[in-house]
Amino acid sequence: MPFTCDLGGERHGFADLKAVLAAASPARSGDELAGLAAASATRRVAARWVLADLPLKVFLSEAVVPYEQDEVTRLIIDSHDTAAFAPIAHLTVGGFRDWLLSEAADEAALAAIAPGATPEMAAAVSKLMRNQDLIAVAQKIRVVTAFRSTIGLPGRLSTRLQPNHPADDPRGIAAAVLDGLLHGVGDAVIGVNPATDSVPAATTLIRMLDELRQAYAIPTQTCVLTHVTNALAIMERGAPVDLVFQSVAGSEAANAGFGIDLAILREAHSAALALGRGTVGRNVMYFETGQGSALSANAHHGVDQQTMEARAHAVARAFDPLLVNTVVGFIGPEYLYDGKQIIRAGLEDHFCGKLLGLPMGCDVCYTNHAEADQDDMDSLMTLLTVAGCSFLICVPGSDDVMLSYQSLSNHDALYLRSVMGLRPAPEFEAWLAEVGIAAPDGRLRALTDGASPFVRRLAETLS
Amino acid sequence: MSEIVPGELWAKLRRTTPARIALGRVGHALPLAEVLDFQLAHARARDAVHAALDSAALAAELAPMPVLQAESDAPDRATYLRRPDLGRQLSARSAALLAEAGGRCDVVFVIGDGLSATGVQAGAAQLVRACAAELGGLIIGPVVIAHQARVALGDPIGAALGARVCVMIIGERPGLSVHDSLGIYMTFAPHPGRTDAERNCISNIHGAGGLSLQEAARTLGWLLREALRRELSGVALKDDQTPALPFEDSAPA
Repeated sequence: MPFTCDLGGERHGFADLKAVLAAASPARSGDELAGLAAASATRRVAARWVLADLPLKVFLSEAVVPYEQDEVTRLIIDSHDTAAFAPIAHLTVGGFRDWLLSEAADEAALAAIAPGATPEMAAAVSKLMRNQDLIAVAQKIRVVTAFRSTIGLPGRLSTRLQPNHPADDPRGIAAAVLDGLLHGVGDAVIGVNPATDSVPAATTLIRMLDELRQAYAIPTQTCVLTHVTNALAIMERGAPVDLVFQSVAGSEAANAGFGIDLAILREAHSAALALGRGTVGRNVMYFETGQGSALSANAHHGVDQQTMEARAHAVARAFDPLLVNTVVGFIGPEYLYDGKQIIRAGLEDHFCGKLLGLPMGCDVCYTNHAEADQDDMDSLMTLLTVAGCSFLICVPGSDDVMLSYQSLSNHDALYLRSVMGLRPAPEFEAWLAEVGIAAPDGRLRALTDGASPFVRRLAETLS
Repeated sequence: MSEIVPGELWAKLRRTTPARIALGRVGHALPLAEVLDFQLAHARARDAVHAALDSAALAAELAPMPVLQAESDAPDRATYLRRPDLGRQLSARSAALLAEAGGRCDVVFVIGDGLSATGVQAGAAQLVRACAAELGGLIIGPVVIAHQARVALGDPIGAALGARVCVMIIGERPGLSVHDSLGIYMTFAPHPGRTDAERNCISNIHGAGGLSLQEAARTLGWLLREALRRELSGVALKDDQTPALPFEDSAPA
């Protein structure tokens, strides 16, 4: 397969498929760090011309990470659904972009081709799409999952309540949970990142969160984001695990860096399913991903970071997850340098995840050494919500005091639901009304509103 | 529309966490005072990331300890932030200078600006003294002040100075609540190519509810003697001595 094109009398050649993919990517620091980025702006566009003319089928015959060396590639190829692929099998990558934007690609058509799309196809076509294309196509795709609440329905925006505490203090975590609930946040999951990653510490937190959930009969799920092997140990002890969490990456070697493989994920998935704790659905896995994780483990096989990210989505897809989110700006400026790069990456990850059939959310975030601020996050969260993002992560006042980075605030969820007329998951929405956090007209009551039975009960508990 | 303000009920809850809870609302938005408070914290963190280390002042503070200066291959902050690989390599000039200094010692302290020159300027010299006080009987080499430094820059520095153990004291990535936190990374038999799994880390050293200088120094003293005795560092050397991170009730600043 030749990877060349002629632009204005100048011939541009690329060594192989992964070189085309890397050079076609919008500029970002991680690909520059890896030495994979296009050497010039012109060459970047040349790569896009080459990519546009490649048949989608090429990704089934040419693996960017060798099949023999990598179980993620084997998962992608071996689980590929030829029948689902049939409607798009004749297309080039450029033709795929046009089809995705066409009226023919409606909700049903997009759902039908999802099992036939590989992560490399998704990554490739995203490189030919402007931000508005990524939004327009993702907005047509609906992925609905459920456990105790239903995520991804039309007209809904769900949120993860992230009540982290620097010393895992149960009272401090409970206080942040209440703050979130009173802002109508937490219908996707109440999920804590533990400061101490041990089985006993995580077990204590899991029991505390479950007691809190039961005390107020909240129709949501809880999760302590500890390593999958810890979750297995905790389930063996009989602790109330709703969701199993794991960070995943796009190559076997990068996953080994996380201390996982597909077999351990399968084991944990079966164990969590066996607990049968879901009431309205049986999606029991929660995954986080993020561009740059494979490169940071030196396990990227010379593949650009956005393609590796889409491959991480393929890992998540194999386990029928309730929630998947990219932690888009967490990794730092050596991978995504500034607000522009973070915004683009967030839209790419959301699009690719949705195209592959994932319940895709986002941790809209940045660190203090990135060239970004709240204005950039305002832009990204608004764009993602227009794109139909399933859920967003919220921390009190945008300040994660344990992980030392900035995510969205509970207030941001109120803003998004307000300006776009979106509501939380139906089960959670009904609960907010039932306990009086929301007034009869649907508006949230003030934290101190005595008309709220929830606040009255809270006051009694504390007095 | 009147402002919605959190009441008495929340005062008790706020004491349980430094998280920004019960901020109140103006419509759906944050009250302006909370917006500006957040911006101030972010501005301080940004300034800490971009501040330049005043090495002359630091050297004066360290006197009479002998001091050497070094810099990585990252010529400026913008490059440093994009190219962590360059921040792990010594510049040719520094490599030559340190090779000339040479020597043999048990411990070399490297003070790296890392991601918070502010934290390093404020506390690194005192931390070196506190650590040195825990290392009686050991030969301590010159203190190296390293610019545009990542943790692994300690490897070529330690190797050049013939150190059995390298102790890198470095400015940690600033958060909103703390922008002057220090970390210590200890590596036995430092040489280029060491991995992070071969280091022991003591992090969150700061005065706002973090580990105190004295506690950090005591932990290092124990770890370092164990490293010399067992001739290794990293995951194989568990620091059973480290107390859990203390946390005191405090409302956000």
